[in-house]
This record gives sequence, C-alpha cells and structure tokens, in this order.
Amino acid sequence: MYAWLWRHLPGPVAVRVLILLVLAAAVLVACFAWVYPALAPLMPFNDTTVGN
Amino acid sequence: MSAPEHAGVPVDPQGAARVEPAAPGSPAPGDERGAPSVKARPSRAHSIVFGTVGVIGELLITAGVLLFGFLAWQLWWTDVQGDKAQAQIVDDFATDPVPTTTPTVAGEAARVKIATPRHDEPPVDKAPAHAVTFATVQVPRWHGIGAKPISEGIDRATVLNPKGVGHYPGTQMPGDVGNFATAGHRTTYGKPYHRIAELKVGDPIVIRTKTTWYVYRMVSKEIVYPNDVGVIAPVPDQPGKKPTKRMITMTSCTPMYSAAQRYVVHGELDYWAPISSGIPVELLGTKGNPSLADAGLTSMPTSTSTLGGR
Repeated sequence: MYAWLWRHLPGPVAVRVLILLVLAAAVLVACFAWVYPALAPLMPFNDTTVGN
Repeated sequence: MSAPEHAGVPVDPQGAARVEPAAPGSPAPGDERGAPSVKARPSRAHSIVFGTVGVIGELLITAGVLLFGFLAWQLWWTDVQGDKAQAQIVDDFATDPVPTTTPTVAGEAARVKIATPRHDEPPVDKAPAHAVTFATVQVPRWHGIGAKPISEGIDRATVLNPKGVGHYPGTQMPGDVGNFATAGHRTTYGKPYHRIAELKVGDPIVIRTKTTWYVYRMVSKEIVYPNDVGVIAPVPDQPGKKPTKRMITMTSCTPMYSAAQRYVVHGELDYWAPISSGIPVELLGTKGNPSLADAGLTSMPTSTSTLGGR
C-alpha cells in the first residue's frame, strides 16, 4: 500500500517525503476535526450520564 | 526504492524483485520485501497472498497509529479546546461589576470592596432554557483554576462537552431551599471538576450568577454508582423528603478516566451577597480575581462561616 503510494508520488525523494508529511498532517487534522469527535460518543468510557 | 539484488539477479525498474530472469511473466507483487527465498519461484498465488498480508499489515499499523491519535485527541486536545471555550464563556458571562471604594485621600489606590455576608432569604433565579449559561463556579481550594461556567442541562453533546459544568434539570437553582445539583467532567473536555477529590469539609464553593454570590461550604462527600440518583434529591440521599436546607451537589466521574462510579460532594449555603456589594473574601487571591492587597488586606481573615466543620 505505502510502497504503491511511494512509487506513484512524483519528484525526487525530498519532494516525496514532503508530500507524505503533508498528507499525514492532513489525515491527522481531519481525524481531530471530524473523525475523533464522531467516534468519541461511541466509546464506553464516555458514557457518563445515566440513560433517560 | 529498489529491492536489493539477490545474488546478482537483476532487478526490474519497477522495483519488484524478479528472482528468476526466466520468468518474465511473473506478476509484480505489491510488496517487494515480501519476496521469498531466491530459490523458490514465487507463484501468482504466492504473490497475491504476500501482497494481501502486506497490505493488511500496513492497515493494522496505520490503525494503531490513529488509535494513539485518538488518545491524544481525547486526553489532551479536548482539554485544550474545552479550557479555551469555557474561559471564553466565563468572559462573555456578563455580571454586575464588583465595586471598588472611592479613595478618600488623593493618590490612594481604589480598593476592591469585600461583600458583607447575608444570611436572610437569598434571591433565586428561574431555571433558564437548555444549554443556557446562568452562573459560574469557582473553588478557591483548586488553586490556579479560574471560574467555570454552569449551564442548564447535563447533556454531553450540548452542555458538558462544550460548556463545562451542567445543572441537573429539575433540581433547585442556586440559593434555593433544596439541592442545586451540578455535573462536570473529571477528565477531558476542559475537566471542570478534575480536582473534586481535593475538596475538604468546610471548603468554600462560590457560585456567581448575574447579580448574586452564593458561597457554599462543603459538608460531605460520597462515592456512588451512576444509578444512585438520590444524591441529587432535594435532601441528598433521602428522595421524597421535604428539604429545609440550601444545598449544592457536585457530581463527577470516578475513578479518573472511567465512568464506573461518581464522586459526589455536597455543600450547604453559608451566605449570599449581591455582587454590587463587593466580592466574597474567599475569592481574594484566586485566579481571575483581585488579590488580598487589592482589597487592602495583608492576610486572609478567619472564616466567617456559620457552618461547622472548619
């Protein structure tokens, strides 16, 4: 998967590394902004209120 | 980039190791490191299996890294966001200003007035609409922790997570006879009640509404299971009994990082005072409030508490 990604990235090694870092940062930002907040209510340790 | 050459075997430019030059049609596997020994000629099935296992492995590693990301988000980032958002809510919560004295001697600095405790019938606000912030809470024992907002409701998504402390709907409002019951996160989302276990009997718990200070003092604590809702009854732990005291209850999760039980602190109203008359002496020197020197004091006066337990 990552080998495939690496082969399909353009440019020299430095550029590819840069692109990968930007991609990783984008994934992390997306997780912090949307994915984790959506997952959090499903976690048992967040079920703090007694059901109504 | 390219796979290592095995015993002088050439490597094709695609980066996939071709272990036998006599097999030009052999498919390039997804993972060049998955190439088996130079002697075994990888079959098509072999390549698919190794490629699939490689991809699954990479996905699992990625999932593991993202799980650590979730931990960082839950345990750190929600606090960063919560602290910021709740401090902003407290800033935006407009109350009457705390008055200062008018200097009698020219050049003398104005001093912050200290509220005179009142023990008569306190004013009681009406419960606001869901998620509306109507008060703040500050505990001087939690040194370095400023006031936290209190909003109506205990829904996680709309109150506890974004706004800090919640007020159990249907329980009394600050100052009223009965139980002003609140809930706050012990950890994460700004953790307003993080240090609830540090409270000692007699400690002041200061509630500030738009117009009024209510100074409660801790009288007891208990650790209960989440379904023990009697702790927020008008007379705590005695549901159905007619209340005569003006109580406050703070509930939070315990043990930390778990929702297994509830840490419950009960307090009783010591005194109240209009904000326009000054600041409770208990708040001097705490975060976000004037210092003792601002009020012309050199040391904290002995408690004015009318409750026992000090």
